[in-house]
Amino acid sequence: MSRAAFVIAAFIAATAVARAADIPWDQRRSDSDFVSADTRAMQNDDTANPAMLVVLDGETLWNERTGTTNQSCADCHGDAAKSMKGVAARYPAMVAEQDRPVDLEQRIMMSRLADQKAAALPFESKELLALTAYIARQSRGMPVAVKDDAQAKPFIAAGRAIFERRQGQLDLSCAQCHDDNWGKKLAGNLVPQAMATGYPIYRLEWQEVGLLQRRLRNCMSGMRAEPYDFGAPELVDLEYFLMWRARGLAMESPAVRP
Amino acid sequence: MARALIHVPASAKKGDVIEIKTLISHVMETGYRIGITGTPIPRDIIDDFVCTYNGEEVFRAKLYPAIAANPFITFFTVATASGTLAFAWTDQHGATQVQTAAITVE
Amino acid sequence: MDQSRSRREILQAAAALAGGGALLRLSIRPAAATPEMMKDAVRSVIGEAPVKKGKVKLDLPPLVENGNSVPCTVSVESPMTAADYVKAIHIFNEKNPQPNVISVKFGPRAGRASFSTRIRLADSQTVTAIAELSDGSFWSDDIDVIVTLAACVEEPKP
Repeated sequence: MSRAAFVIAAFIAATAVARAADIPWDQRRSDSDFVSADTRAMQNDDTANPAMLVVLDGETLWNERTGTTNQSCADCHGDAAKSMKGVAARYPAMVAEQDRPVDLEQRIMMSRLADQKAAALPFESKELLALTAYIARQSRGMPVAVKDDAQAKPFIAAGRAIFERRQGQLDLSCAQCHDDNWGKKLAGNLVPQAMATGYPIYRLEWQEVGLLQRRLRNCMSGMRAEPYDFGAPELVDLEYFLMWRARGLAMESPAVRP
Repeated sequence: MARALIHVPASAKKGDVIEIKTLISHVMETGYRIGITGTPIPRDIIDDFVCTYNGEEVFRAKLYPAIAANPFITFFTVATASGTLAFAWTDQHGATQVQTAAITVE
Repeated sequence: MDQSRSRREILQAAAALAGGGALLRLSIRPAAATPEMMKDAVRSVIGEAPVKKGKVKLDLPPLVENGNSVPCTVSVESPMTAADYVKAIHIFNEKNPQPNVISVKFGPRAGRASFSTRIRLADSQTVTAIAELSDGSFWSDDIDVIVTLAACVEEPKP
């Protein structure tokens, strides 16, 4: 077993409790509360946050004409600070075109393909990251407000099932760390509640900006479970549950995380 | 051109010590990471950073691979006169990128 | 340092042992710097001059959140006048593959002999800052830091 896997297994064995309920509403805190003061300062200083470099690239792309329509995002949506305000806080969301929810990056891709008639942008491509970061930035400070109406409920429930299911070689669930043992130490870091309010993030481990789906795949590798592929419906369901779980907390995109 | 963010106060009083913050997008590949093929990814770093104030050098740093990706450097300088601060990052291949910021000193 | 690489080394080694196959070259990671290498690096930067403890304040978190990006601030007490100023500050480490971290040149126009940056630390180790003053004297400070591996990493990118 790799060293980190051993640490996680020992941690869980030492703190094994009967599965508790969701984190009480008034105890929910941003993942920013569990990083070092230096990392928080880096996040809150637009000149120190490396993700802002990517946000600036996104702004350039927002204004760049592309596709057979030769239109930019700005041509239809105008000033992103106005038109995109609150948008990232509402994703994942159901869309008219599908009977499944999509996350923010998938929604951006839909527009590029259908409206701009431009080439698809692969997941984790620089361009998609930059656009997602720029759009998400426009929701900073606003409360997470994903819909949980009748249409969405089955997908949120499916996400919850993934979150609570024991999986992988360690037979570990997300909930065991993030609902039951948040605030405790895991090697050099504190376990956060996994309130996904800051995506896309600059992750110090990656030395670059990445999406929530990438982080979830890392978590699954860390748990010694087989990660879902990028764009898998399971990942979007899990994202939807995580954002629903974080509803009401302030968006912090783009955040900095270890 | 790599994306860079610079923070220089727009104005200052003559004699003030002002703080300057700089951040540039760069992978700062150390040359020690092994790629998936099993061979090291070649070193690729910015190794020189200079700030000049109205043409005179006020700060210089020699960077090594131990500087984190997306180099962030903050330092101080005395606000002497209105004019231009120029920031130049040079990589190991000799390519230089310059960005400037204006300052008003009363 | 790339921690996912060392994880992969461990997994590769385990696979090699399990398969009973040909000997897999386990350690393709370069030798880390040693305290000797650091002394040599210091000597090549500042010569044989004696270095005294004091005047320099090196700021690093004692428990590092992630070794890829560690905030680092150095300040030196100095009036920073033309007659009495800090000429340079150098940072060294003893366990990264290379002992040098950064060398900064100042003049009296700096106003304050202080700078901040973010550095990489491969392992728990001592980091040293050495300042050269205009009168030719050298002063230093050092800090011991603990660096751990991240718990959640990904497979190396193709």
